[in-house]
Amino acid sequence: MTALLQLEAVSVAIGTVPLLDGIGLSLERGRILGLVGESGSGKSLTAMAAMGLLPLIGGRVTGGAVRFDGQDIGAMTDAQRRALRGGRIGFVTQNPMTALDPVQRIGEQVDVVSRLHLGLSHRAARARTLELLTRLRIPEAEAVAEAWPHQLSGGMKQRIVIAMALAGEPELIIADEPTTALDVTVQAQIIQILGALVRDRGLALLLITHDMGVVAQVCDRVAVLYAGRLAEEGPVGPIFAAPAHPYTAALIGCIPQDGMAKGALRGIPGAVPSALAFPPGCRFHPRCPRASDLCHRIAPLPTPRAEGRVACHHASPPPEGQP
Amino acid sequence: MMAWPAPLRALGHPMGGLAGGWLLLVAAAAVLAPFLTPYAYDVQDLPQAYQPASAAHWLGTDEFGRDLLTRLIYGARTSLSVSAAAIAVSVLCGMVLGAAAAWFGGWPDRAVTVAVDLTWSFPEILIALILVAIIGPGTTGVMVAIAVAYLAQFTRLTRAQIMTLKGETFVEAARCLGAGTGHILFRHLLPNALAPVLVSAMLATGDAIILEATLGFFGLGAQPPVPSWGGMMSAGSALVFKAPWVIIFPGLAVAITVVAINLYGDALIAELDIRQKLRRTA
Repeated sequence: MTALLQLEAVSVAIGTVPLLDGIGLSLERGRILGLVGESGSGKSLTAMAAMGLLPLIGGRVTGGAVRFDGQDIGAMTDAQRRALRGGRIGFVTQNPMTALDPVQRIGEQVDVVSRLHLGLSHRAARARTLELLTRLRIPEAEAVAEAWPHQLSGGMKQRIVIAMALAGEPELIIADEPTTALDVTVQAQIIQILGALVRDRGLALLLITHDMGVVAQVCDRVAVLYAGRLAEEGPVGPIFAAPAHPYTAALIGCIPQDGMAKGALRGIPGAVPSALAFPPGCRFHPRCPRASDLCHRIAPLPTPRAEGRVACHHASPPPEGQP
Repeated sequence: MMAWPAPLRALGHPMGGLAGGWLLLVAAAAVLAPFLTPYAYDVQDLPQAYQPASAAHWLGTDEFGRDLLTRLIYGARTSLSVSAAAIAVSVLCGMVLGAAAAWFGGWPDRAVTVAVDLTWSFPEILIALILVAIIGPGTTGVMVAIAVAYLAQFTRLTRAQIMTLKGETFVEAARCLGAGTGHILFRHLLPNALAPVLVSAMLATGDAIILEATLGFFGLGAQPPVPSWGGMMSAGSALVFKAPWVIIFPGLAVAITVVAINLYGDALIAELDIRQKLRRTA
């Protein structure tokens, strides 16, 4: 099966500043790919590139290609790309509190997506909206459709944003930190809803998050970004069991565990370097416990390991019994 | 859920209700003027000149024996319609200019900003006087003068609003869902910018009434015998000691109306402020 979304060694720059360097990812229908990394690692930029929205922030693809269902997004016309966004690619924004227009009723905002992309009439679009809201387990869908955004809670708003993303019958959903602004109980519900959509309707989901806990819960594969480069990518199970890249290991070390001694939760010392001053060699070496001379000079390339890839000179060997 | 629109809800505020009531009264009087008074505004009755308030002439008469209340009501017609129409034109042009500047950026933005800053470096009255001098005295000249004098304010406000809104997540979200420029501009940006611009237009109408009265006082507004509040004050200024009511009542009409507009505007701000409500519920 060919991948629905494929990033082939994509490099991105804003102005003259290179931000993403050779990111390769692929996502198939019915799968969830988690994209993780700290703030500033290039997660959201990767999503912008996947939707062809880079010109909006003054960025451009400087190398590689983004393919959606085999077609190169970079070679499309603006109109084709616009039809893709909201149509075949749905997008769930980071902050539901501000993702809805405060002066439009909820229903209108969802209606307009299916009117634009499916060519539905007002009446048919509203029927579809109500159906979507009901399916997302929103009680009293008709009353909610007539409500204003400020009358809804955060979790409710995020469901509306998901309904908007689904209204155009997408095949791929890109969710940019969909749960970051929500409280914990609501987070679990939203993640559950997104997971169910993928299972029941065969959608592909690119889940951008910095929460490794969420990744462990729902994702099939995970890609770890660091400072604009891919650090490690592969199936969730093996990576959580035995991370090869020291950065992945450090991220996993940041998840609170049962029975952890007080104060045992580890952070990662230092911060993601600024794009204006990426260190030479491996960009993680200033914060890396395994850094050697080699890491200061030469950037490691992603190499196959088990069912994934890792970019590290000192990757942990795979556990016994695996190639 | 509140079903009433904000302008009606503003009447529920104690001051907003009082002020709104006065404005409705003045507007209704202006519209119904011919049915409210037995006198004509332009027929002279010299034996009745300089009469103080009486049962026949509630607010007295002027130097030509014309009923002051009648002229005040007809004057409201001129003053209110000229001010409101001028502000409406000003708001429309200002929104177009401001939105274009904010949306396109680059040289259109710089051109608009420089022009706005230039007009702001002159007092409004000076701009108005120059324009009236060019166009000639009369209601048209005053209307254009007021519209241009307040254009900068609405341009600047709309530009600032759109600039802020452009970065909002819901605009980004609309774009991510495939919305085009027209949809974003007319369905998201302008409707969100509308409330503050309308409130500011409301308050500017008060200032415009004062400007209109000032121009009328200089004899540049509606030409006699058509009454305007400013023109009436101008005539009354010569009679301050002989018949003070001739200047006092038009002056009071201007003052009370402008205060009422401001009070009603405050109530409207309280009702319209969607953002603040958003913060309260969030």
